[in-house]
Amino acid sequence: MNKIASLLAALALSFGVQFNALAVDATAPDALVKSVTDDVITIVRQDKAIQSGDTRKAVELVETRVLPYFDFAHMTRLAVGKDWKQATPEQKAVLTQELKTLLVRTYSNALTQYRNQQIDFKPLKAKPEDTDVLVRTEVRQPGAKAVQIDYNLEKLADGWKVYDVLVAGVSLVTNYRDDFGKEVRAGGIDGLIKYLKDKNKQLDTPATAKK
Amino acid sequence: MRAVSRGLACLVLSLGLTACAGPGGHPKDPLEPLNRATFAFNDTADKYVMRPVAQVYDYVPLPIKVGVGNFFGNIGDLWIGVNNVLQGKITDGLSDGGRVLVNSTVGIFGLFDIATELGLEKHDEDLGQTLATWGVGDGPYLVLPLLGPSNVRDTVGLIGDLTADPVWQVEEVATRNSLTGLRFVHRRASLLGADTTVEQAALDKYGYMRSFYFQYRLNQIHDGQPPRVKDPDDE
Repeated sequence: MNKIASLLAALALSFGVQFNALAVDATAPDALVKSVTDDVITIVRQDKAIQSGDTRKAVELVETRVLPYFDFAHMTRLAVGKDWKQATPEQKAVLTQELKTLLVRTYSNALTQYRNQQIDFKPLKAKPEDTDVLVRTEVRQPGAKAVQIDYNLEKLADGWKVYDVLVAGVSLVTNYRDDFGKEVRAGGIDGLIKYLKDKNKQLDTPATAKK
Repeated sequence: MRAVSRGLACLVLSLGLTACAGPGGHPKDPLEPLNRATFAFNDTADKYVMRPVAQVYDYVPLPIKVGVGNFFGNIGDLWIGVNNVLQGKITDGLSDGGRVLVNSTVGIFGLFDIATELGLEKHDEDLGQTLATWGVGDGPYLVLPLLGPSNVRDTVGLIGDLTADPVWQVEEVATRNSLTGLRFVHRRASLLGADTTVEQAALDKYGYMRSFYFQYRLNQIHDGQPPRVKDPDDE
């Protein structure tokens, strides 16, 4: 009896999960990126608070709608590069958490600058069996050349996850590598952790949180 | 001041040999002390002069800003076309020529970008990219006063770009200076927003911008599709 009850509970739960997941088409990587992008843009277009620079609301939006499709452990591994191997599992977890905080903060803020630019999705060049793909998009704006934004995705057990974002060909992740490498050489992995923590603390103080 | 003189010494040395990087320095940045000094100068000039001016300019209504952007874009398209031809991309070069014809006439002196709406895509080329496709190496990283990140190859390219730049051919000094100033301010204004993002994202802004420049140029040289290599450190 107990078994049946828990089974039913599990079934009900999984229905709930599936129902939530229905909002985003996660079957194909390009469809996933388009779905999440459309989702976020629709919200930003209607949200006057985000448009006027409310970082907290932007962070909330990113945390609920975007983060589930990102693989931050993979991102951090890429950002740290060859020194990643020498980090303990605990250090890896802390590094991942700190980089996540920094990236979410920074790019949520960038979201508040969105002003009705049009986003074009390029056809996906990948084979059905590929597990690592590049989804290419372009942000069109009048009076200027379009800005290229590309997403690297990897297929994991729980679906496609973004592990790198490239703006105009520049990886927002590996762009940190030289800098992080220098910190590790100077103060080891713990030095890098402190470096990231200090940066996040500094972003927390209102003096630097302008615009 | 000491950083500058050390940098200058490095510059002199590096003309002969490239080994001026201190221990642990970036292999592509042997002139780091000089570059950091220039970078700090640029940053201060930007904070107190360029950025505030760009912020005022930003109040200009969007349609006018779009017109300004299109106007300077049109002026640059001919040289972009020449560079496409020099790189062997004849079709792209012809398309750029077509853009200039359409936008200078139907687009009223380039104020409207009709060509893009007709499907003639805007390209992004310069002499530095052309030199790169010809196999010229980039040389040491260089931060140019007021102009920012570059390298030896792109600085040579930039001199060529300026020689071919229609704005610099204008005889009347006042007009030439006004156009140069307007173009500079317009470009700076288009980076408002992006600059705050970099400010927040970067831990060491100098290193962040240097890495940014390397990746950005590689992407431009490969017309937005640099070779996709599996990262050796990603496993």
